Amino acid sequence: MKSNQKLKVAIIGSGNIGTDLLIKIMRSELLECTYFVGRNFSSPGISKASSMGIRVSDQSIDAIVREPDCCDLIFDATSAKDATYHWSILKPLGKIVIDMTPAKLGIMCIPAVNLEDALKEQNINMVTCGGQASSPIAYVIGQFVKDIEYVEVVSSIASRSAGPATRINLDEYIETTEAAVKKFSEAKETKAILNLNPAVPCVDMQTTIFARTTQPDMDALKKEINKMVAKIAGYVPGYSLLVEPIYEHGRIAVLVKVQGLGDYLPKFAGNLDIINCAAIEVAEAYAKKLAVKNSVVHH
Amino acid sequence: MKKKVLISDPTLRDGNHAVAHQLSAKQIESYSIAAEAAKIPIVEVGHGNGLGASSLQVGLAAISDREMLETARKHLVHSKLGIHVIPGFATINKDLKIAIEIGVDLVRVASHCTEADLTQRHISFAREKGKEVYGVLMMSHLASPELLVEEAQKMESYGAEAIIIMDSAGAYLPSDVTERIEALVNALSIPVGFHGHNNLGFAIGNSTAAIDAGATIIDATARGFGAGAGNTQLEVLVAVLDKLGFETGIDFYKLLDASDLAEKEIMKIVPTISSTSIVSGLSGVFSAFNKPVERISKLYGVDSRDVFFELGRRKIIAGQEDLIIEVASNLSKYPQKVK
Repeated sequence: MKSNQKLKVAIIGSGNIGTDLLIKIMRSELLECTYFVGRNFSSPGISKASSMGIRVSDQSIDAIVREPDCCDLIFDATSAKDATYHWSILKPLGKIVIDMTPAKLGIMCIPAVNLEDALKEQNINMVTCGGQASSPIAYVIGQFVKDIEYVEVVSSIASRSAGPATRINLDEYIETTEAAVKKFSEAKETKAILNLNPAVPCVDMQTTIFARTTQPDMDALKKEINKMVAKIAGYVPGYSLLVEPIYEHGRIAVLVKVQGLGDYLPKFAGNLDIINCAAIEVAEAYAKKLAVKNSVVHH
Repeated sequence: MKKKVLISDPTLRDGNHAVAHQLSAKQIESYSIAAEAAKIPIVEVGHGNGLGASSLQVGLAAISDREMLETARKHLVHSKLGIHVIPGFATINKDLKIAIEIGVDLVRVASHCTEADLTQRHISFAREKGKEVYGVLMMSHLASPELLVEEAQKMESYGAEAIIIMDSAGAYLPSDVTERIEALVNALSIPVGFHGHNNLGFAIGNSTAAIDAGATIIDATARGFGAGAGNTQLEVLVAVLDKLGFETGIDFYKLLDASDLAEKEIMKIVPTISSTSIVSGLSGVFSAFNKPVERISKLYGVDSRDVFFELGRRKIIAGQEDLIIEVASNLSKYPQKVK
C-alpha cells in the first residue's frame, strides 16, 4: 500500500495512552495520524506530537467536529466519562471509534479471540490492560473446561505506569475487566483484582488467571494456552507465559507477563503497551478490510 | 483526667486470616456479643483483606460479606461496626454500597502505603453517605516517614478523619514506629493510629511506642488472633494501658471473658510466633502470606524461608499472593540460597 492510501486516523486524548498510540502509528504501514487532539498545548503529549510534525489541536472533540473529514477512524484515549460524550457526536458522523477507555460502549474486543466480529461494528472497546492480558487465556480455559463456575484474574502493574486517570477509574477497570472475562470465558462468575506495586526498579506487568474447577488434562491445556500465547505475541511482542498452567488448591493458575515496547513509556509499562498494541491490531485490520473493499469498488 | 486511647478490634477481620477466612456466622455472633458486653469501642468484621476480597487470590470466605456484616450488626449496639476496604479488591458499586446499606459505622479505606490516591473515591463516597472514615496505609515499613506523611496528607485531603499505619509484616522495631508516628502526628490535624503484628515479638512494645509518639488509636485483637504471628494482643494491651495510666473505656473483666470465649469458640490455634512468621517479619513480607507460601513451597519442593526472602527482596505487597507461585517456580528451576 502506498503512503497516500493509508487509513487516516485521529487520536483524542494526549495522555500516556494517546501519545504511545501515536508513536506506534508512526511505524505503521497502514495507518496515518492526521490529527492529535488534546485539551492543553503545553501537555507533554501535544509537545511530543508537534515535535514529530503531527498536526495538533487543544480543542478536544470540537477539533474533529469542525473538520469531520480529517479522519475515518478515531482512537478515544480520554476517560470513560468523556468517551461516552464523544461517542454521541462521533456516531452520527459515521466515524469508526476505537475506545481505549473502560466505557464499554461498543463491542469488547480481544484481537486474538474476536477480531472479525469487532470489525463489523462502529464502536470497538479495547476493554482494559488486564482484560487484554487475561481474557484470551480465560477464553482458552473456558473452551477447555465446560460449564466453568468461576474465573478470577489478578494483575500487578508498576505504580509509575498508572497515571491519574487509571487510578481514578480503578472501579471501572475492575467492572470492565470482569465483564470481559465473563464474556470470553463464559464463566458464571468472574472477579478482577488490581495491585499497584511501587517497587524500584519498576516491576513488569504480570497477570494471573485462576479458574476454580476440577482438574482437567493439564498437558492438553498447556498446549492450547501456548498456542494462544503465541497468537497474542504476534501483535503484543512483549507478551509471554511466565509460569505454565498448574493445578493447585482446587484451582488452575496461569501466569503471564507483559513487557512493553518502550515507545513512550519505559518497558515495564506493559499494561499501556498491551492495550495499545491490541488497538493498533484492530485499526490495521480495519484498514486492510477497507482497502479490499475499495479495490473491489474501483474495479 | 486520664488520657484516652481509642481501641479498634479487628479480631473478626484480621483473625479471618488465621483460619483461611472460614469464620462462621455463629462465631461472628458470639464474639460480637462478648465485644459489645466488654464495651470495645470499634469491632471490625470481614474477610481478612476486607470487603470484596473473597477470592482465589487471597482465599474464599466461608460466608458472604453481607452475612458477616448483618450478623455483627445485629449484636453491636454501642460498639461501632467497622470494615476494611481496599480499592482494587472492593468497588463502590459491588461492595461498599451494600456495606453502607447494612449500616456499618466506620469505613476504613486502605491502600498500600505509597498508593493513597487509589482511596480518593471510596473515602469521598463513604463520607458523602455520612459515615465515619479512616485512611489506612498498609505495609507501612516499605515507605520512609516523609513519604508516609505525604500519602497520609492525601487521605486527609480526601476526607479521612484519622490515619492508621499498619505494620502488616510485623517488621517494625519500636524506634521505627516512633519515627513514623511522630512525623505523622506533627504533619496531620487528624488522629493517628497504629496496627501492629507480632512477628518479631514487638506488637505490644510497638503499640506503646506509637502512643508515646502521639498515636491515639490502636488496633488489637483477642489473643492476638490475626495474620501470621498475630496482632497486638488486646487484653494485654488494655492491661498495659491501664498500668500506664490511659483510659480505654473497656470493661476489663468482660474483655478477659471475651478473649477466653474467642480462644474457645473461634480459634483453631492461638497465634504463636512460628518459625515461618519470624522469617515473614524479617523479610518484610505481609504476615498473611504464611499459609500460601508454605503450601506452594511444598508443591514446588523449595524452602519456604527462601521463598519469603525472595518475596521480600522483590518488595511484594499485600494482595500479590499469586506471585508466590512465580517465585517458588523460579526457585525450583534455579535453586539459590537467598539468605
